[in-house]
Amino acid sequence: MSKDYNKMWSDLDLNLTAHDGLLGVLTDAYKNIYLSQKNRPEGMKYFDFVISEVHGLRIEEILEAKKEKRKVIGTFCVYVPEELILAVDGVDIGLCAGAEVGTDGAEKYIPRNTCALIKAFMGFKLAGLCPYVQTTDLIVGETTCDGKKKAYEIFDEITRGKVYVMEVPNKKGKEGITLWRNEVKRFAKKLEELSGKKINLEKLKEASQIVKEKRRALQRLSLLRAFDPSPISGLDALLVNQISFYDDPVRFTVKLTELCDELDERVKKGIGVTEKGSKRILISGSPMAIPNWKLHTIIEGCGASVVGEESCVGERNFMATLDDSFSSVEDGIQKIADRYMNIHCACFTPNEERIKDIGDMIKRLKADGVIHYAIQFCTPYMMESYKAKKAVETLKVPFLRIETDYSMEDMGQLKTRIEAFLEIMEKGVKA
Amino acid sequence: MKIGGIDIGSRYIKYVILEGNHLIEFQKRETGHNPLSVCRKLIDNCKTGKLVATGYGRHLLEVHGNVKTITEIKAVAKGAREVFPRCQTIIDIGGQDTKIISLREDGTVTNFEMNDRCAAGTGRFLEIMAKVLGYDLENFGDYCNNKNGTVKINSLCTVFAESEVISLITKGEKREVVAHALHESIVSRVIALIKRVEVRDDIVFAGGCAKNSCLKRMIEERLQKEIHVHNNPYMHAAHGAALYAMEM
Repeated sequence: MSKDYNKMWSDLDLNLTAHDGLLGVLTDAYKNIYLSQKNRPEGMKYFDFVISEVHGLRIEEILEAKKEKRKVIGTFCVYVPEELILAVDGVDIGLCAGAEVGTDGAEKYIPRNTCALIKAFMGFKLAGLCPYVQTTDLIVGETTCDGKKKAYEIFDEITRGKVYVMEVPNKKGKEGITLWRNEVKRFAKKLEELSGKKINLEKLKEASQIVKEKRRALQRLSLLRAFDPSPISGLDALLVNQISFYDDPVRFTVKLTELCDELDERVKKGIGVTEKGSKRILISGSPMAIPNWKLHTIIEGCGASVVGEESCVGERNFMATLDDSFSSVEDGIQKIADRYMNIHCACFTPNEERIKDIGDMIKRLKADGVIHYAIQFCTPYMMESYKAKKAVETLKVPFLRIETDYSMEDMGQLKTRIEAFLEIMEKGVKA
Repeated sequence: MKIGGIDIGSRYIKYVILEGNHLIEFQKRETGHNPLSVCRKLIDNCKTGKLVATGYGRHLLEVHGNVKTITEIKAVAKGAREVFPRCQTIIDIGGQDTKIISLREDGTVTNFEMNDRCAAGTGRFLEIMAKVLGYDLENFGDYCNNKNGTVKINSLCTVFAESEVISLITKGEKREVVAHALHESIVSRVIALIKRVEVRDDIVFAGGCAKNSCLKRMIEERLQKEIHVHNNPYMHAAHGAALYAMEM
C-alpha cells in the first residue's frame, strides 16, 4: 500500500490489528500465487495495483464519492441491477466474501454447516475487516438460496437496518417474470428515495451504456481465452472478473480494453501463458468471490490452463446483454429486469439454460475437461452437478465434481484429484 | 539397472525396487513427522537408476530431489494391473483416503472417486477405533462378531463415532460386537463411493486396509462379488510407480 491508511480504517471502525494481519496474509498469498506466474501480460499491472490498494485507494475514492452525496450500495449477487445504481449516481460494490475470516464470530449467529461464502460475509463484518461494508448506505440482498435469505435477516440486525432484500423468483415463467419486474421497479424506487434523485431517461441511458461497455470488455476477454495457447492465465482472468465487482466501472473498462488489445497482439504472435496443447479446463458452479483463488491455483499449478468460468464471477455476470432500445424510464426498467432474468443461476427450477450454457462454453473455449465446483453446503449447485455431469459426459468430455470451502486443509487431496483427472485426459492413462 | 518406485502415504512410506521385471525389494516405514528424511534413508540404502514418486507426499521429492511424480491413482492402477491383469475395479483404502478406480478392459483408467476431505471410512478411522477398543490394528478384523448383536454405529465422522463407541462400551456392549458395527459403518461408506462408478470384474482391494479380513468379507457380501487381495496389498502404488519409472 502506498501510504498510511490507519486513520481512515480506524474512522471506519475496523479492527486494526486483525486487519493488518489480513492484509499481510493477502499480500503474501498474492505474491506467491499471482506475481510468481510466468509470461504475464503487461496490462495486468493495473490489476496488481488495484489489488495492492484494495482497502486503500479505492476506499478513499468511495469516501470522496460519499462527500459528493453519492450513495454506496453493497451487493452480493449478479441479480442486483447495476444500471439502476449508477442511474442515481450510486457506487456499486460487490462485498467481500471470499476468505475464511471471522468464522468464530459468524458461528455465533449461523449454523456451522453453512456455506463458506455466507460465513465469510458475516465474518468480515463481525471481525471488523471489510472497509467496504463500513462505507455502505444500503446493502442489497436477494433470495437466491435459503442460506443467504435467512442470513440477511441476521445481517440486517448486525448492520443496524442497512439490508434491503430483492425477491428473485424460483421459476422463469410469466408469473416469475412479473414478480421480478415489480421487484426491479421497487428497487428503483428505493434507490430514488435513498439518493433523493429521480431516475430520468438520460441518466438511465448513460448508466446502461457504462455497464454495457463493461460487460462488452469482459465478453471480449472471455472470447480471447478461446485461443490455444490462452494469452492469459485463468488466475489473471479470474482476478479481472473479481475486480469488476468493486472497481470504478468506467476506468475498469478502459484498463480491461487496454489489456485485451495486448492480448490480441499476443494471440497474433502465438504467445500464451502455457504451451500450446496444454489441457484446457472449464470451471462451472458456485461463485469465487475475491480472494478465493484456490481451485485455479491448483489446476494451473498442475500445468493446465483454466479457460473459462461458468460462474457468477465469470460468464453469468456478463453474458446476457441488455436491450437498450428503450424510450421511457418505465420501459427501460422493464428491459433491465428482463435482462437479469437471462442469468441462469441454479436457484431456478428448471434451469436447463445453464446446462446448455456449459455445453456452449465447452465448444467455444475448446475445453478438454470440466471441473464442477460447488462450495460445500451450496445445495443448488451441488444438486445441479448431477445434470451438468450427464450433459458434459454426453459430449464425451471428462467431468470432475469438487466440493470444497475456503480452508486449506484439503489442498493435498484436491491436488491429487485434479492431477489424476488431468492424467486421465492425457492420452488416457493406461495401466 | 535397478528401478525404484516410492509411495509416500499419510501413514506409511513404501519403496519397491525392480530389477528386470522382478520385484526384488519391498520396504515399508512409518511416515512420521519427517517423511523427507525417511525417504532419503530408504533411497540411499538402495540406490536406483530411475525413480518415480507417488502418494500424498510425492511433491516433497519433486521439490527436494527432482524426482518425477505421478498420482497414486495412476500408480495403483498400474501396480494392481501388473499383478491382476484382468482387474477393472480397484478399491484402495489407505491411511486417509479411500479411492475407487475404474479401468477399461485394456487397462485405461476411465473414472475414479475419492472420499471428500474427512477421514471417515478410511484406515485412519479403523486405527483410531481399534485403539479405543484396545485391539491391534493388524488383527482388528479378526475380532468382529455380531452374534445376537444389533448394534449399529450411525456416525461416519471419526470424532462422533468415537463417542458413540464409548457410550456403547459403557452400556456394557461387548467389544467384538462394537468392532463389527464399526466395520459395517466403514463398508457402507465405501459401498456408497463404489456405487458412483461402474463395478466390473476383476475387483482388487488394495491399500493397508485390504489386510483386514472382515472388511474384505463384508464388501464381498455387499457387492455379491469376489474380491482379490494380494498378500502384500501395501505395495501396489509403489510398484506401479516403479513400472512407470521403467518406461521413462
